[in-house]
Amino acid sequence: MEILDARGLACPEPVIMVQQAAKKSNDFEIVVDNNIAVQNITRFCNNKGFSIDKKEENGDFKLHIVKK
Amino acid sequence: MKEYGKIIVTGAIVGIIAVILTVMGNPGNMGFCIACFLRDMAGAVKLHSAPIVQYFRPEIVGLVVGAFIASFGFKEFKSCGGSSPVTRFIIGFIVMVGALMFLGCPLRMMLRIGGGDLNAIIGLFGFIVGILCGIFALNKGFSLKRAYSLEKAEGVAFTASTVFLFVIFIAVPSLFVFSESGPGSMRAPIIASLVAGLIVGVLAQRTRLCMVGGIRDAVMFKDFYLISGFIAIAVFAFIGNAIVGKLAIGFAGQPVAHTDGLWNFLGMALAGWGCILLGGCPLRQLILAGSGNSDSAISVIGMIAGAAFCHNFSLASSTDGPSANGKIAVIIGFIVIAIISVVNIKRGESK
Repeated sequence: MEILDARGLACPEPVIMVQQAAKKSNDFEIVVDNNIAVQNITRFCNNKGFSIDKKEENGDFKLHIVKK
Repeated sequence: MKEYGKIIVTGAIVGIIAVILTVMGNPGNMGFCIACFLRDMAGAVKLHSAPIVQYFRPEIVGLVVGAFIASFGFKEFKSCGGSSPVTRFIIGFIVMVGALMFLGCPLRMMLRIGGGDLNAIIGLFGFIVGILCGIFALNKGFSLKRAYSLEKAEGVAFTASTVFLFVIFIAVPSLFVFSESGPGSMRAPIIASLVAGLIVGVLAQRTRLCMVGGIRDAVMFKDFYLISGFIAIAVFAFIGNAIVGKLAIGFAGQPVAHTDGLWNFLGMALAGWGCILLGGCPLRQLILAGSGNSDSAISVIGMIAGAAFCHNFSLASSTDGPSANGKIAVIIGFIVIAIISVVNIKRGESK
């Protein structure tokens, strides 16, 4: 499973990475390091029909994204 | 829908507070203007000497401190930086050149629309075109690269400096220069300005309110969250202005505005494009700076430097219209922004 690293990237780059990954895969993970990116990605997934599972690890957030 | 409710209420509060500040003394349609206020503050500390635009605006202090308090309170304060700081400084500078061609930041553009200033509608069209240019770069793989975690002291430094200057402003005002006429002489009481800034700073930090983000997310992701707040600002400023009798629909005679459509359009196009590259509008940069982001802090410092240059070299427009120097600066700004857009595209990342 592909794991994307969006830590340290400014808005809206993490969402663009998810948008691109969603075109190629129905099941992937992305790691971000701030709550704003989590919220933006969650909103994107809700709008596009993806489920999202969030885990916090050492201050980072690992988001598992799956096509519903 | 609850999320949308929060940002619409935030936009409404920003629009209404902005009208109240104009009733209390701020210039027309300038309850808030990040570009104008940073420009006034640059003048107050003698970075420029344009006599009509010099004042230490407490709204800015409130916005930064409000964002600082909210980010700390909700455990979102994060010291980070290192994402192309010099490039961000230059973009911040250029955003200010565009904003002072138009005479307002994107937030004031919406407040001007809410006051009936039709010149700002032309500015909005330019703003959208600039944002589309920025989106084109983002879709090609534009990035100012990663930021990294820094010591907490680094993240606090911008807010601490702002508070330090505010304390000096209160304690020894004679150190500063204050306009006796013109927009810089028009001010709401200090406490009202500070509280207004604090309220909006907290709300903007919580909701992520951003003028460029609204249009960008709507175009790129069909996400209408941020644009809801953006529109609410203009709608509620319009209602507020109608209630207090400050609504004046038209092109001519608008407060702190000019009627040159082409340069209103180009000024906001430049500002919009630059803001997309920065990741947010001037308000958002201030809020992020208060939340510990050094990259946003350096962008704001670039804006302050840009404002000083704009007045030292006659680049800023006046109510009579744009200056020749200002037109040249905007054209150079477009060239520089285009170069920055191209050279920061990651190879092999075209989408």
